[in-house]
Amino acid sequence: MAGTIAIKNGYVYDPLNDINGEMMDIFIKDGKVVTELSGADMKDVKEIDAKGKTVMPGGVDSHSHVAGAKVNGGRMMRPEDHYKFYQKKTPITHSGCGYTVPSVYLGGYEYSKMGYTTVFEAAVPPMEARHTHEEMRSTPMLDMGGYLVLGNNWFLMRYLKEGDIDKAAAYIAWMMKTHKTYGIKCVNPAGVENWGWGENIGALDQANIHFETTPEDMIKGLTELNEKLGIPMPVHLHANNLGHPGCWEITRDSLKIPKNVKAKPNMDVEWAETKKNAKRHESVYLTHCQFNAFGGTSWRDFESGVKGITDYVNSNDHVVFDSGCVPFGDATVMTGDGPAIHDLYVLTGHKWSNTDVECECGSGVLPFLYLKGNPVHSVQWAMGLESLLYVKDAWKTIMTTDSPNGGPFIKYPQVIAWLMSNKARQDTFAECHKWAQDRTGLGAETREMDLFEIATITRANPARTIGMSYRKGTLGIGADGDVAIYDIDPKSLEVNDYESIIRAFENAAYTIKAGEVVSQMGEIVAIPEKNTFYSDIATDEDAEKSMLADVKKWFKYYTLGFDRYPTPEKYLANPTPIQVKAEK
Amino acid sequence: MADVILKPTGNFDLTVEAEVITPDNFAGKSADEIGKLLVWQGPEELPLANFFSVEGNGGNSAEDTTIIIDGDVSRVKRIGQEMTAGKILVKGSVGMHTGSTMSGGEIVVEGDSESWAGMDMTGGSIHIKGNAKDHIGSAYRGSWEGMTGGRITIDGDAVSQIGGGLSGGEIIIGGSVKHFCGIRINGGLIYVKGNAFRTVGAEMTGGTIVIGGCIERFLPGFTMEGVESDLKFNDIECPGEYKKFTGDYAIPQKGKGTMYVSCDNNECL
Repeated sequence: MAGTIAIKNGYVYDPLNDINGEMMDIFIKDGKVVTELSGADMKDVKEIDAKGKTVMPGGVDSHSHVAGAKVNGGRMMRPEDHYKFYQKKTPITHSGCGYTVPSVYLGGYEYSKMGYTTVFEAAVPPMEARHTHEEMRSTPMLDMGGYLVLGNNWFLMRYLKEGDIDKAAAYIAWMMKTHKTYGIKCVNPAGVENWGWGENIGALDQANIHFETTPEDMIKGLTELNEKLGIPMPVHLHANNLGHPGCWEITRDSLKIPKNVKAKPNMDVEWAETKKNAKRHESVYLTHCQFNAFGGTSWRDFESGVKGITDYVNSNDHVVFDSGCVPFGDATVMTGDGPAIHDLYVLTGHKWSNTDVECECGSGVLPFLYLKGNPVHSVQWAMGLESLLYVKDAWKTIMTTDSPNGGPFIKYPQVIAWLMSNKARQDTFAECHKWAQDRTGLGAETREMDLFEIATITRANPARTIGMSYRKGTLGIGADGDVAIYDIDPKSLEVNDYESIIRAFENAAYTIKAGEVVSQMGEIVAIPEKNTFYSDIATDEDAEKSMLADVKKWFKYYTLGFDRYPTPEKYLANPTPIQVKAEK
Repeated sequence: MADVILKPTGNFDLTVEAEVITPDNFAGKSADEIGKLLVWQGPEELPLANFFSVEGNGGNSAEDTTIIIDGDVSRVKRIGQEMTAGKILVKGSVGMHTGSTMSGGEIVVEGDSESWAGMDMTGGSIHIKGNAKDHIGSAYRGSWEGMTGGRITIDGDAVSQIGGGLSGGEIIIGGSVKHFCGIRINGGLIYVKGNAFRTVGAEMTGGTIVIGGCIERFLPGFTMEGVESDLKFNDIECPGEYKKFTGDYAIPQKGKGTMYVSCDNNECL
């Protein structure tokens, strides 16, 4: 029976239900978690003996660059990334290649092998939404969605400047529907617009050219609008000044702006049973903390500024962040932050690309190699881990590498090993530049995360943060039957033997999606159906009408016709709109 | 020493991907076993014996094995790819990727070479007695870090992108080259005894380029430092007077590369 399965005797980690390594059975029927299976169901059900193994909800990546124009730009400019890392086709899988920027097929398979079942694309420029959806549609194994880049959008900057909140709200609602996207991404607010004039923005109260909007206006405006509209996830913020020594301060100050914005996600969905409150209460979701937490004043006195941010996060409850860890080795830096990429080009002299996405945002791509011998890179390695270890409450953090910016997602098992094993960290300290020891506090940090915390930062919390925990990131009754089973026996786990942790997380013993085994010990065994989520926000019709009149008038500044702008549903695999009820 | 003689006998209408032809793969195998090694031709994987007659057994190790290819193999690619030791002597011309990523041993080609010979090589030597095409001793497409060691000697001319991204080792061209010789090199030495057409050393961030002939169109991103004569780089001698330049100043890593250009043949510089 498809989508029906019994997972017996595993050690289960379901943080949203406070289940911490209890030995229990998980039953899935027709793709959903159920209390039990009837005698008739049990007769021909597939049964997995998970005795001595770790059972978690399927992995959820809430921030990864996996589809769209800049990812493809990375693929095109990096043939050298592809020729040594490839996989042959099998009777059910496509061939594929690419280490940091894999082909869509390979990307899907690699995620699935690690036990991931849900991945959200971190940045969708509105004009590139069609391209992004085409790639997401072709990415197998994963349920997906994408965040719409709105932090430098001409219409929004204008509406916020004029204080026309109703039109701004109508615009965001219309854009989400038009481009079939899920939440708001805000990249270098007000700064990327300046990059069109060769400038950037250095302070939260600095107004940008022509629009005279400040980063503060954008962060405040967008976070308020986000809650007015009831969007499932908080505003996803990539702060200003990213990648510059000393940027941690502007990041912390940015996080202060939405402190009093009350989270009001309001989706019309059925919630899986969870003991913990599965709804988010945060008004801002900071991305790749590490890149936003540089200390010092120059590359000479560069140091970690992570503590400044984690102190703030520890004492405030409206912030959640993902880490953006740096696991060393090859990476491809890609972001909507055009000026940040230019700075990296000047620093490295490497090949790069930069794009002005007309009227909307920007983007840049640059290949990067993180070396253990490099002082700055070594500090960045330590900083990513600091960010996760310094925050006491794992429900405020999410583990990512900002793939492929800090490193490709296939390095997640390595990052998990560093978080779980102090010995793994100390062994790496011995191999990397002494700045990692001298200019960060990681060397003195002895915390070792347990499997419950790892399950929190790799599935439960990413799902909860982006408002997907009604069906993802938990094994509560009614949740999607997405499960990862790892060959780790918690009773005999020895964290000093961190290589075994890496091996276990690299290839899940079983990855189960909607009750079907899709990958087994590194081999893809079935190609499941996939869903694409987007926010369908109800809005005020009058505001939408007058807003659309503005948009049509300004569309003369676009190089494409208004009718060609939207992404029709046919570009999505199983389009799954989430009804969002905006405040009246 | 054991000699294995391969004589081309097959149909090479479609090129053959013959990365199996290395002393490493032949060592310890009989002529019969060598003939059974598989090569790709288009969509088919076929035994080497379909294309060559094999005479002689491999030596005990790669060092003890010499492969003699008695004929023209310009439609055979990847000869000597990844070899670590031993010798390959080709009595005709070779196809693309000869000796690419090799780390040791010796390849001598009596005829010409197609493109990509010695790509990303880390050691050993390649000697082409005829002419060569593009990307000799260069990095893989897209990569800016190429050959790191060993030596490539071309007695005749080569065409474009010679030594692209060179990080170490030496490339010596007896004749002339065309475009983008030494583009993005960051180490090593390229010595062209003849002329170069244009864009020599574009975006170089290290290493040395010596041009004994004339550079028809000299790049603007270089500045002259002085004149030196009778240059010597270990055993490589470059007789004559040279104008010394540093560059390329057109990129962020300004002027870390060195280029010598013959005084006699570049009076206008």
